[in-house]
Amino acid sequence: MTTEAAISVRRTDRRRRRVLLELGIVLAIALVLILVMPVLLSGFRLNLLGRFLALAIVALGIDLIWGYTGMLSLGHGIFFALGGYAFAMHLKLQIPPDASIQLPEFMSLYGVTELPWFWKPFYDFNFSVAAVILIPALLAAVLGYLVFRNRIRGVYFAILTQAATIIFFNLFNGQQQLINGTNGLTDFKTLFGAPIGAAQTQFVFYCLTVFLLAGAYALCRWLTSGRFGSVLIAIRDDEGRMRSSGYNPTGFKVLVFAVSAGLAGIAGALFTLQTGIISPRAMDIAFSIEMVIWVAVGGRASLVGAVLGTILVNFGKSFLSEQYPQSWLFFLGGLFLLVVMVLPNGLIGALRSQAGPRLWAILGKRQYVTTYPSLETDPDVQHERQNFRN
Amino acid sequence: MIAGLLDGLFNGISIGAVLLLAALGLAIVFGLMNVINLAHGELIMLGAYTTFVVQNVCKLLGGPWFDLYIFPALVLAFVVAALVGLVLERGVIRYLYGRPLETLLATWGVSLILQQFVRSVNWVLVIEIACFCSLFFTAWWFLSRRSHLLRIRNRVLGMLLPLCLAIAIAIGTFLGETFKLAVTQPWFGAQNVDVTAPSWLRGGLALGGLQLPYVRLFIIGLTIVCVAGIYWFLQRSTWGLRIRAVTQNRSMSACLGIPTQKVDALTFALGSGLAGVAGCALSLLGSVGPNTGQNYIVDTFMVVVVGGVGKLGGSVLAALAIGTATYLLGSGTLALLFLPVKPLADFFTFFANTSMAKVMVFVLIIAFLQVRPGGIFPQKGRAVDA
Repeated sequence: MTTEAAISVRRTDRRRRRVLLELGIVLAIALVLILVMPVLLSGFRLNLLGRFLALAIVALGIDLIWGYTGMLSLGHGIFFALGGYAFAMHLKLQIPPDASIQLPEFMSLYGVTELPWFWKPFYDFNFSVAAVILIPALLAAVLGYLVFRNRIRGVYFAILTQAATIIFFNLFNGQQQLINGTNGLTDFKTLFGAPIGAAQTQFVFYCLTVFLLAGAYALCRWLTSGRFGSVLIAIRDDEGRMRSSGYNPTGFKVLVFAVSAGLAGIAGALFTLQTGIISPRAMDIAFSIEMVIWVAVGGRASLVGAVLGTILVNFGKSFLSEQYPQSWLFFLGGLFLLVVMVLPNGLIGALRSQAGPRLWAILGKRQYVTTYPSLETDPDVQHERQNFRN
Repeated sequence: MIAGLLDGLFNGISIGAVLLLAALGLAIVFGLMNVINLAHGELIMLGAYTTFVVQNVCKLLGGPWFDLYIFPALVLAFVVAALVGLVLERGVIRYLYGRPLETLLATWGVSLILQQFVRSVNWVLVIEIACFCSLFFTAWWFLSRRSHLLRIRNRVLGMLLPLCLAIAIAIGTFLGETFKLAVTQPWFGAQNVDVTAPSWLRGGLALGGLQLPYVRLFIIGLTIVCVAGIYWFLQRSTWGLRIRAVTQNRSMSACLGIPTQKVDALTFALGSGLAGVAGCALSLLGSVGPNTGQNYIVDTFMVVVVGGVGKLGGSVLAALAIGTATYLLGSGTLALLFLPVKPLADFFTFFANTSMAKVMVFVLIIAFLQVRPGGIFPQKGRAVDA
């Protein structure tokens, strides 16, 4: 065996060990969430935690397209709500066979006598589950293709997605007869014969959320680690150069946008199961931008940051809205300003740049240098950095 | 038939005029400076609330004052919104030039704060803010003046921030406990407030079976005046020339001695002030609330994007087109027009209300951007990223 081959073997070994370590950590956290948290938290808080974990799945999706690919979508509320609606429609069709009217109750209220055609496939559980992921993903792919093909990007993309949000809000809000308009779909009874509101069923949903979050994390980790991840980061940092190097970014962007929308759809369905309602308010502009701030607080381009940020901000929200209902919007607005002005890389970013090197120094290990080592010792560069930051 | 067409045209133009007035400030801030200001809607709202306050003051003065309150209101709305815009630019946006996505998030934060501020503003809050600002910024000024303190400035400010906050909140709580409702009563509250148009703006002009409301005519006139004024300012005045120069090439302008920071501040204040004027006009059309701005933000951005960023003429055309399309679809005129063709009529009837018309208009906008990604009048140039 030559030396080079030996080095490459050692490298794959090390990489495999690292992957195994991360897998172990994720599994351990999942086990803690499932086994320990129910003991520590009350039923109400556990339900909240479950909801926030579901929201963390959207945050992962947003991190994927914003943190890694540099596209700021202000329209993830659409995909979230579509996933929620898809599953809610299945739940609304769980009508006992002996009931006199085989329709969701709001329909008879508005004088609808026959089930609209697009409701019919949702009788099937498998179809509904597929729809939760595929409908948002397909919509995102079509929208994304139309937008990215014309090289609309950056803020224009953000504005267009925001406009799409308000449009879908209007669309869903106006359709009283088909999907119960403003009130949304609520009052779910059973799933597979199990009552949805019961504590045990909710615990099953909670566990499901934890597993799906772990799965989503694994998916995002896989996508962002290999060559694909490098392509995404290249698109974020310099799309023009990417194009000049012979890559067509459109396909990558469409794909990653669709994946992120699919994740949002899953999150929406899980959130609906745990809150028991999905309404057009999930497509509120404010909610979609709030999702972005979860990622920003945790740290963009950091998957752990996205999950952490979501949980922190949402627990902060529920705490503040209970204690000082007036202050929440002030606080949220301040958070936006703070994150943008002071912590552009979020909590994880700050940890990485500040605490990381210090920790290595304490442990007596060599620092991990991200730039050219000669730059780090060049006094001119240091001087410039201190005086012309930004 | 003719009357119907005229009616459609007039309403389309009047919706377009409202859109244009709301988008005019954005056309400057977004078009010229490339700053995404999501708080633009809230500046509009501040203009509307200023009008409300001026109206109430004039009502107290009575007599001719109340008839003419709209004119001081227009000026004050401009000034208030421009001042808020100036503070926003100096305090936040100037640190974020060249980072449009960050600007977007920061201004969204500002918009949330402004919304909640209008909801819960009362004497206590105002006194708290005044206390905090006087304490904190005096400290800042003091620390910045002494050069030997500059090194520890940021750390000291970081420690002073919570201290000043605590003092301000303590004073506010004390006042609230002492004077109770007199100081804790919100000025506006979360409910919508109503502005009554002066008597000479009520009623309408009868024109061949058509009723053209004076308010709408007033808004159309105001829009024309504003567009003409902005055009004159940008094309003929010295500062307009400087603004255009900075837009085209910032570093070259700086080299030639144009104070770019001042130009930035002025441009932003001008755009914000126009938002205030728009708010004043909007308050005549219906009640205004803390969420008023939110309803306009997406529409106004669409106007600027469809028109072509940085082109005033494009914005005018886009606003008129979007206004007319929204009215024609929303009022069901098109459904009537296509009555003989059953499927088409059904199709248009489905979209014949305000919210569904918006859906259709958005689809049309997306389709339009497929053909002309740069808007009606795209920016000419050889940049890689158009």
